Parts: sequence; structure tokens; C-alpha cells
Amino acid sequence: MLRVPRDAEHLLRLALLFAAGIVVFLVVRSLLVPAGFGELGHFRPGAILANQQKPLHFAGRAACDDCHAENATTLAASRHAKIGCESCHGPLAAHVADPDATKPAKLDAVELCSRCHAELPSRPKKQPQVEIVAHSEGESCTECHEAHDPTP
Amino acid sequence: MSLDRREFLAQGTFYLMLTGAASEAWSFIEAGKPQEAPGYNVQEHWWAMFIDVEACIGCGRCVDACKLENDVPDEAWFSRTWVERYTIPPPDPLHPKRELLPIVDSPNGGRNGFPPLEHPVEGAKSFFVPKLCNHCAHSPCVQVCPVGATFESPDGVVLVDKTYCIGCRYCVQACPYGCRFIDPRTNTVDKCTLCYHRITKGLTTACCEVCPTQARLLGDLRNPADPIHELLRTHKVQVLKPNLATGSKAYYNGLDAAVR
Repeated sequence: MLRVPRDAEHLLRLALLFAAGIVVFLVVRSLLVPAGFGELGHFRPGAILANQQKPLHFAGRAACDDCHAENATTLAASRHAKIGCESCHGPLAAHVADPDATKPAKLDAVELCSRCHAELPSRPKKQPQVEIVAHSEGESCTECHEAHDPTP
Repeated sequence: MSLDRREFLAQGTFYLMLTGAASEAWSFIEAGKPQEAPGYNVQEHWWAMFIDVEACIGCGRCVDACKLENDVPDEAWFSRTWVERYTIPPPDPLHPKRELLPIVDSPNGGRNGFPPLEHPVEGAKSFFVPKLCNHCAHSPCVQVCPVGATFESPDGVVLVDKTYCIGCRYCVQACPYGCRFIDPRTNTVDKCTLCYHRITKGLTTACCEVCPTQARLLGDLRNPADPIHELLRTHKVQVLKPNLATGSKAYYNGLDAAVR
């Protein structure tokens, strides 16, 4: 038979106090720690989902090719083959979602062409560059060049 | 069976310690349990970026695209990515020991392209360096966050939990690459997410999408078929500030020693 130590109720009170403390700790912890915390690492998995759910603005080249196959074919065979459509035409996910509601903006050829082709000593040597003003004499680039199939 | 006090305490402590060890082991098992997000498993990817300094023409389309895609404030000092122009003067034959200090400029983060240098340096070496979050595997910004709001996701992207960020700016100071800023609208930290909303849907990042010379390429190092493996194998690549051992995953081809 288990011998009851002297002043056992002191120990009992202490044990109850500890138990109560642990219960309080567990309750507070479950309220403060977000759901799923630690499942993938020291962070809340919901934060990953929040980052995933941001809206798209650039639709991606594949989306353009779905409707504009003609331009895509021309572009694919040209010196501009590797340039994404939205590189010049801007973000057009809204246009993909509803082609009639949002139309691509009219582009400023001189401003866009000179972004890449204006002469700068910092650019790589293999990049075709011209002194814009002397080269065009004030004309728009598209007077002579076709952006989807440019020739020097 | 009866136990005296000494035996009871000894055995009790032993079993108590066993329980602790078991729960510790179980927490490790639990932590390694894969969690599948719909259509995208975070544990099957390890994102990195290959940046070709020799291909960058400084057009700034990436900076513009990033701002538009991620709704970043317009001011240049709120930039998730930007392009720097380095101009390194030629060595002086009379003072060959003198360190060549580069001139670095980035007008509006390079968003509107680059005008010719105001004071051109005769015979200088000049090139463009696109910068963005290096998505370090041992990231200093994650280490200093006092509330655990910034973290390395299992697919190798450093992300911010905006609901827990207190805007204390510790991480802004800790980042050796200057890639973080406080968003003035939310007063929480903001940074490149490697277009997490795009790459988890099978698209590339906005900056890679618009780059006309493929100077930037997003790659998945856990996918053996990804072209980044071939690029890393055939090029001499370097990361920024390798001495800091941040485990940077922005691999630069043709990086000059002057670039910081």
C-alpha cells in the first residue's frame, strides 16, 4: 500500500497550481499561434497563400499568341523574336480577360525604340545602337522600320 | 508492487524525460510533413535567378514592369528591382596602385532608361547591373526579424507576412543588398517576392517576361530540365558579396569585382 507522505496536501496544491499554469499556457498559446504555424517552417502558411493571391497585370506571351497568331508568327521569325509582347505594349492582363473593355495604348515609337537602340557607351557592343537624332532626322522610327520584323 | 519515494522520483523523472524526447522527435516529423497548396507544391521548387550583366542593355523595362505588376510606389527609392550603371575609370599608368572607384548612377532606378553620362569618362569601362532581392538561402533579413514576419519559404523565396510585420526596419538595415523598403501606404516592409503570384501559376516573373535580351532568367533549381542548369554549368557565375555567405541565389554572369 502506498504510504501517504506527511503534509501531502501541500504537494497536491503545488501540483494543482502547476497543472492550472500549464492549462493557461496551452489556452493562451492556442489563441496566439496562428493556424498551421510551423507546418512548413517558422512562419504562417497563410502568408504564402497571401503572396500567391495577388492579381496579375502581365498576362505573359502565351496569352497574346492565342489571339494574335499572325503577329506572333511574324515576330517569331524576326530579330525581335525573343522580346515579349508586353515588353513594348505594356501590362495587358486586363485586355486578355476582356479584350473589348481594355485596349492596348498607342505606343510612342521613338521613346520605346531609343530605350534599347539609342547609342550609349554602357550598352554591350553586340546591341545595335544608333545616334537617334542624327539617324532619324526627326522622323518616327516606324516610318522605315517595322517593329515586329525589324531590319537594320 | 510498491515503490519507495526515491524509486518513484527516479522512475517518474525518467518517464517524464522520455515524453519530452518523444514530443521533440514528433515535432521534427511534423515539421517535415509536406503541405500541398492547390496546384503548386512549395516543396518541389527552389527558385533562383540567372542575370547576365553582359546582355543587359539598360532599357529599364524590368523596373517599369515590376512597379506595374506589383503595385510598387512610383518613387525610385521604393524599388523592388532597379538597374545600376557602373562606369569604372581606366587605370592610371602613373599610379597603378590606386584603387579605381566606380561611378554608379541609377536615374529613377533606371525605370526610364539611361541618358548619356553628364560627365563622360574617357576610356572608361561601363556596364549595367540589374539588382533585385537575392533570395538568400541564409538570409540576414530573416535572421533579424524580431516577430518572425519575414521568412524563407520552402521553395527558396524570401517572403514577408504583412499581417505580422511591425515595420521596425531591422530587415531594411540588415539586407546587404539594399533590397527592402517600407511601403509608405501600409508602413510594413516590402520587397521582391520573385513575383510569387506569377511563378506559382507557371508564369515567369514580370521582369523576366519583359526583358528584351534575356539578361534575366528565372530558374527552378529543383527541376532538372530547367535551362538554368545549363547556363550555370557553361558560364562563370558569381553572386554579390560572396564574402557574406548569404547563400544568394541571384547568379550573375560577367560580374565585375567593382560591383557591390
